Amino acid sequence: MTDIGLWGVPLAILGGAIRVSTPFLFVSLGECLTERSGRINLGLEGTLVFGAMTGYAVAYQSGSPWLGVLAAALAGAVFGLFHGWICKFRGVNDIAIGIAMMLLGMGLAFYFGKPFIQPVAPDLPAIPLGWWSDIPQVQAALQVNALFIVGGLLALALHWMFRATRIGLTIRVVGDSTDAARAIGLNPDTVRLLATAAGGALAGIGGAYLSLYYPGSWNEGISSGQGLMAVALVIFARWNPINCFWAALLFGGAGALGPALQSVGVSSGYYLFFAAPYVLTLALLILTSSPDKALHGAPGELSITK
Amino acid sequence: MKPSLSLTRRHFLGTAAAFGGAAVAPSLLPGQAHAAGSLTVGFIYVGPKDDFGYNQAHAEGAAAVKAMDGVTVIEEENVPETNDVQNTMQSMINFDGAALLFPTSFGYYNPHILELAPKFPDVRFEHCGGLWGADDPKNAGSYFGYIGMGQYLNGIAAGHATKSKKIGFVAAKPIPQVLNNINSFLLGARAVDPSITCQVIFTGEWSLAVKEAEATNALADQGCDVITCHVDGPKVVAETAAARGAYICGYHADQSPLAPEMYLTGAEWNWAGVYTDMVTKFMAGEPIDNFVRGGLADGFIKMSPLGPAVSDAARNQFEATKAEIMKGGFAAIKGPLKDNKGNMIAAEGEAFVESDVALESMGYLVEGVIGSTS
Repeated sequence: MTDIGLWGVPLAILGGAIRVSTPFLFVSLGECLTERSGRINLGLEGTLVFGAMTGYAVAYQSGSPWLGVLAAALAGAVFGLFHGWICKFRGVNDIAIGIAMMLLGMGLAFYFGKPFIQPVAPDLPAIPLGWWSDIPQVQAALQVNALFIVGGLLALALHWMFRATRIGLTIRVVGDSTDAARAIGLNPDTVRLLATAAGGALAGIGGAYLSLYYPGSWNEGISSGQGLMAVALVIFARWNPINCFWAALLFGGAGALGPALQSVGVSSGYYLFFAAPYVLTLALLILTSSPDKALHGAPGELSITK
Repeated sequence: MKPSLSLTRRHFLGTAAAFGGAAVAPSLLPGQAHAAGSLTVGFIYVGPKDDFGYNQAHAEGAAAVKAMDGVTVIEEENVPETNDVQNTMQSMINFDGAALLFPTSFGYYNPHILELAPKFPDVRFEHCGGLWGADDPKNAGSYFGYIGMGQYLNGIAAGHATKSKKIGFVAAKPIPQVLNNINSFLLGARAVDPSITCQVIFTGEWSLAVKEAEATNALADQGCDVITCHVDGPKVVAETAAARGAYICGYHADQSPLAPEMYLTGAEWNWAGVYTDMVTKFMAGEPIDNFVRGGLADGFIKMSPLGPAVSDAARNQFEATKAEIMKGGFAAIKGPLKDNKGNMIAAEGEAFVESDVALESMGYLVEGVIGSTS
């Protein structure tokens, strides 16, 4: 293996951004879609964990990781449908339901996931995009999973959908004003139900990526709060799918900083480096904030902005 | 979240029992059941008991206890090192009638066991890894094994297998047991070739899958071609290392099924013998030492079978050193030896044998380890 010395740090950040960002990307795209329809689903952490468990279990039983991804998406959609269905009742708070759904999702995942901690399920394949390089480290960093590419394309597609399609317009109208939506004959509850279901399905896929590709194993601590961070990333990304993509990359890359710095000998203060993603997020939020348009881009019907 | 829900239920039951039966029948509570010749033993784990690691090693010991006559084993997994463990211990004592408890995680001892032990003088608390001191409650005890010797043997296998002369260690937290393992791993490798260095990466938590995978990748990027770890569940490290083409030395339990070709050997716990011994003594009413330690020779630890990638030269040195350790009194840390900041830790002729209690408050990384304890 070539000695790459300090080049290991930028390489690890690049590799980490590609490897670690995918769950953040899928959950934040899902949440972005849900929030643009005017509803918050805080339960995506639970959906992520349940998706990870379902994906792993189905992949192990069937031998096909892609079947696992499909099952995780379906499970996520069911969670989303449940959330959307409860929230249509009068007086129900979507944030409270989200927290309840998060605990339910994790509890169910731990319960059903018990027998799958030890078995080894087949992993999702990676596409070697580092073929042009002779350096094994570069080749390893550029092992890109298909789901990462799908996630990137999905961000573009969602952006285009919100901007230029009828479905996008419908979701935006419902998200910005329930009254206006009703006035033009839309049913806000149905739109939100579908948007939450789709968002849940995306979060489920994010979970499958965790258990089936990186780190590629199911256990109860697999997510360590990534689903919650991804929900926060949506606000950070100002409800814009393209920004969600960059935010997820930033978060993944910054998370790789701690181990990479230790590996090149910068070893003191590693707890501080582990906080890098959060410090970066705070710094960027402060830098990009302005008193005039603090919640620029926020859907008008969102319960946190009302 | 599941544990806290069930604890609420226990709390409710506890309160209900206190209301309903406190005056009438305290002696009918199952807490006294062990007097009748049968024994209930409680095992508490910090993670899932099939994690290919720390908890699995203890659960294998618990399974051996379960097979004994007249013993009922109760287990609870995923109990955090917080007040939760006190609640779990109390409910095992009050509702399941456990008279002997094995709370196995490092953080359970201080303050949780130290707080509960005086309140339940008839219950025995046996803790893994703790340092029982003469001032601690007499019904508490701590046991541990000299697993650093296992990491020393891992180091010998690693020293022969490495081509880059760089080996890697994914560590959770810089506590003495972990530092001892890192140092022993490198010193074992240096017994093969003194030019070998060991890169260590701390993840900061006992179980953090994504960070463990990132750490393993970072080690592989820096050219480490043999990797071991000290985290609760080595599954992620083993799988990631194998995927990057690095050899693996196992820890806690046997991880060879995860990567049979890349697995050299591993330092495993062997709790079955230790636990059945303690339970036998307890049932016979014999005293158990408050401070129990043992190594390879005492059957506290064992080595995984050598994998197919281990060369004959490696096998010979491995077996010879193992025989040396089996005699007892082996010292990995012996002078002249400096730490990686240049301070002398053992002068010429000075040696810390495996059973030296000074090793249990180790706070340094030896020369040749690239990393820092803070």
